Amino acid sequence: MATTYEAIATVTVGAGGAATFGFTSIPATFTDLLILASVRSDRPSNSIDNGWVYFNSDTTSGNYTKRRLWGDGSAVYSATTYDLDYYCPGSTATASTFGNLYYYIPNYAGSNNKSFSVDSSQENNATIAINNFTAGLWSSSSAITSITFDLNNGSFVQHSNATLYGIKNS
Amino acid sequence: MPTTYEPIATTTLGSATNQVDFTGISGSYTDLILVIEGLASGGTNYPYFRVGNGSIDTGTNYSRTYILGDGSSASSGRDSNTSTPTLAEFLTTSRSIITIQFQNYSNTTTYKTMIVRTSGASNKVEANVTLWRSTSAINQIRLAVSSNNFASGSTFTLYGIKAA
Repeated sequence: MATTYEAIATVTVGAGGAATFGFTSIPATFTDLLILASVRSDRPSNSIDNGWVYFNSDTTSGNYTKRRLWGDGSAVYSATTYDLDYYCPGSTATASTFGNLYYYIPNYAGSNNKSFSVDSSQENNATIAINNFTAGLWSSSSAITSITFDLNNGSFVQHSNATLYGIKNS
Repeated sequence: MPTTYEPIATTTLGSATNQVDFTGISGSYTDLILVIEGLASGGTNYPYFRVGNGSIDTGTNYSRTYILGDGSSASSGRDSNTSTPTLAEFLTTSRSIITIQFQNYSNTTTYKTMIVRTSGASNKVEANVTLWRSTSAINQIRLAVSSNNFASGSTFTLYGIKAA
């Protein structure tokens, strides 16, 4: 029987860090994609950074729609920022602490616009930490063949990593 | 080696419909995950789900607590003693995702808890926990709408997850 849940690739940021990292040449042979990631930013003088994922090298703002819900331990908020899916620790966060990211992308290889779901956490054992849910839509009929992680303020530090899984519905 | 994560059934709608059922669900898994992706047809729809054993429970035996964000404000609420535990609405032009996790769905000792996530990039993002007050094993799941339909092309896939 074909494997339903299969690891496609793992990428890990090496020494020196990286401004972006991700996956290319994603095969169209699965139904859905799942990404589990662990990331940290070198954003200076800040315990929190934020970032997003873009597809097929498309960074056009008008092609992304987002609804985001997050809480920081004292309040909850909602917003629609096109290039913000997740939060992660910055340089002044508790050492050795990485944020967790979960991306689910159903029907990624089809000809409809691509919806996706993001859960992220950035617990820091400090006064501010963020739990976040994001609903995303990439308005493109193209199959997703590449996925890029990006940050809005810093770069990814060494040991940031992500694993891409393919899920088959039959 | 037994498969841990296994597709049980999948439906891709060939035409708009107001109801999708999964029946005869095997009790051999530990948890279930239902993944729904698509659009509404005929106007914004307002989906809900029900479960059952042998037949769908249409009684007021469900409750839920939710948190949601619509892009400008966040809110939380709950519904008690409802017969239609709701899911965030689907739109006609912007695709949405719903995932429902059914933990320990086949046991006959406890009430059944479901974790629901809805992601609608053009309307809202929501997380909720839903309780079905029955100790019966779940072997049927129904997705339905109170108005309009699920659009053609919408997909519904049920996966089983086995513990070691």
